[in-house]
Amino acid sequence: MRNEMSVIVRTITRCVYGMILLFGFYVIMHGHLTPGGGFQGGAVVASAFALLLVALGAAGVKGHLNRHILQTLEEIGALAFLALGFLGIGTAFFYNLFAGTGGFFGAPAGQLLSAGTLPLMNWAVGLKVMTGIACIVIVMMVGGRKEETK
Amino acid sequence: MSIGNFPFVVAALLIVLGLYALLFKRNLIKMVIGISLIETGVNLFLVMAGYRTGGMAPIYTLAPTPIRDMVLPTPQALTLTSIVIGLATTALLLSFAVFIHRHYGTLDIQEIKELNG
Amino acid sequence: MNALLVHAPVLLVAVPLLGAFAVPILGKLGRGVRDAFVGLIIAATAALAGLLAANFFAAGAVPFVYQLGGQSVGIPLLSGGIPIRILFEIDGLSAFMALITALITLTGAVFSFSYWRNRSGGTLYFSLFLLLTAGIFGMELTGDLFNFFVFLEITSIAACGLIGFRVWLRRSQEAGFKVMALYTLSGLFVLLAIGLLYSEYGGLNIGYLASTIGTGILDKVALGLLLTGLAMKAGAVPLHMWAPDAYGEAPAPMSAVLVANSQASLYAVFRIVFTLFSATVSATALGWILIVLALLTIFVGVTMALVQSDIKRLVAYGAVSQIGYMLLGVGVGLAVSAQAAPPAYGFVAIQGGLFHMLNDAACVGLLFFASGAVIRAAGTRDLNRMGGLAHHMKWTTVFFAIGAFALAGVPPFNGFASKFLIYEASFQLSPFLSIVAILSSILLLAVFVKGFQAAFLGPRPSQPVEKAPVGMLVPMAVLAVFVIGLGLFPGFFVDHIVTPAAKALWDGPAAYITTVIGLGG
Repeated sequence: MRNEMSVIVRTITRCVYGMILLFGFYVIMHGHLTPGGGFQGGAVVASAFALLLVALGAAGVKGHLNRHILQTLEEIGALAFLALGFLGIGTAFFYNLFAGTGGFFGAPAGQLLSAGTLPLMNWAVGLKVMTGIACIVIVMMVGGRKEETK
Repeated sequence: MSIGNFPFVVAALLIVLGLYALLFKRNLIKMVIGISLIETGVNLFLVMAGYRTGGMAPIYTLAPTPIRDMVLPTPQALTLTSIVIGLATTALLLSFAVFIHRHYGTLDIQEIKELNG
Repeated sequence: MNALLVHAPVLLVAVPLLGAFAVPILGKLGRGVRDAFVGLIIAATAALAGLLAANFFAAGAVPFVYQLGGQSVGIPLLSGGIPIRILFEIDGLSAFMALITALITLTGAVFSFSYWRNRSGGTLYFSLFLLLTAGIFGMELTGDLFNFFVFLEITSIAACGLIGFRVWLRRSQEAGFKVMALYTLSGLFVLLAIGLLYSEYGGLNIGYLASTIGTGILDKVALGLLLTGLAMKAGAVPLHMWAPDAYGEAPAPMSAVLVANSQASLYAVFRIVFTLFSATVSATALGWILIVLALLTIFVGVTMALVQSDIKRLVAYGAVSQIGYMLLGVGVGLAVSAQAAPPAYGFVAIQGGLFHMLNDAACVGLLFFASGAVIRAAGTRDLNRMGGLAHHMKWTTVFFAIGAFALAGVPPFNGFASKFLIYEASFQLSPFLSIVAILSSILLLAVFVKGFQAAFLGPRPSQPVEKAPVGMLVPMAVLAVFVIGLGLFPGFFVDHIVTPAAKALWDGPAAYITTVIGLGG
């Protein structure tokens, strides 16, 4: 489907794409310090993917965004989130294991490597959301005509 | 200067508009937009539940030394969860709309009445 | 073992969730690995549910909490009197509902294995199935209103994904869209009510809200919104239109689990009316509203079933009418509970209503499984075009007959035991109620006899009939054993399982509230 957009849109997309990705990762990473977190940053990154799809057309991104790799990454993100929940099962489910202990991710509140399992959960959720929304957008655009027969 | 009850009125207006679009429009996509409007209205209502006049953002580590009021953070978490759920719901509804269009060739709800009785 | 018991409430939600996320990755390794993994997860979940319920009922049915993410699991953390973490609270009714869900999802999963044996696409189906299981357990075990809303939406999305799963059938897509629109609307009503209650009282925990709720106009609006949203999802008339579409278009094993989904919503109605709003609402008026809704549901369900020619929609309308019986029993109990000296038949009515939830789940599950086997054998869903299947499928015939007679309330099956309790108690409130209930049961028996005769009796079919494989017969046999066992020994089950659940409603919210607030520190 060659329904890509004009030269101006495509050039600007190529310039801006990396910055949107960077901003999205920044929002995910600083979720425990500033407003943001897993879902918000993941949605920003996914909007970068959607921008690519709209500007370059489905044929233009065919080599770059592979749906099956994105689906596998999505499941890894979900499993990582659950594994982090199970880590503290000795005390309670979702117990924050590393917070305040001074070790790995245990610095006092306000620093980047603090708050225990929270930034790790932010990463897991961010990975799941960005790949999940990207899969939804890709499937809706391509129309699922190449139906998988698993 | 307080904002009074104005946001609650806006939230109620959004919900009523969304209900109107859901119940009285015949195009499937317009019905999905109606549901999205209702979600937006409810989310606005939820966020307003935590607002305190003159409060600042509830970031613990940036609190100024003469402590000021902070707005409640819990409704913000509730609203965020609700937005995520709304995203998943809208995606599912639109996928169904795509498949219905592929099967029936139309998006008019009055022509898609194969299930009756 | 002790650690397993302590963490059982959250493991009941976390284990199926883990399964749901891991199935697509493991499914790439082959069909056998996927089936074995799903079977392992479902068996572990059912075992956990049985363990939790057995321990709970044996220890005297004392409610306990599980706090997520805190230092101590059993003692909620209070800040200014408000519990600030998400709590799972297990009391008699939650344990009872968890047992029902475990039974239905276990048999549904076993049936699904042989259902997907020769078809592709089963991996994503099992992923959605496990997600739905996790959501239903979450709805039944949580003690926090917003957490309940999240699980409600999880079950809505997973259920609609399963209804519209077979994308090559146009009717299932239409059913999926309509059901999803209605489920979303009901979820938004519930969310609006939760927002109202939070902005009034500042807390989201059901126990905390039950202790501080008042009688203002906002509370009444919140109650109305909650009841409307949850009754929409449970399938009570006049908002039942989605139920025949949903149960009829879903794959056969899913229809039984969708009934468990509706029952979880009904559980939420009971929890809200008896525990959350118990101090303030006028129990008599609310009870009579529930009774009127129940009578409408029973009557409309049965009369619409008369004119159906599609076997799954026939069973679906039967399932809709049985929701009415549950509402009738609990409504009668509610209507008399406000009197100064509540009569004993109120408690009996609640016992009948709750016992009917278990019986209805088993019977309707059995009927849906049998219908799935029938549709697969006859190749069509139209009752007018099938016939004579009894010659080839003897076991399926027997199971369908058992399920039909049990649902219609014929002794010695379990439907009779619970319906008798409901008739007896509602007669003492008003004879009109039990007359409508009995007449509808007789009408339902007639409907099922007609369906049975159309599908199974008659001359041999001309084209070859594919008998039901063993994998489909085993879950039907398990449910049939439950149906007959519950019917022959109702006293045992009522004393040990149903009475603590009914007591949790009848005695009021005091025990529920003290578990949350009284222990806190």
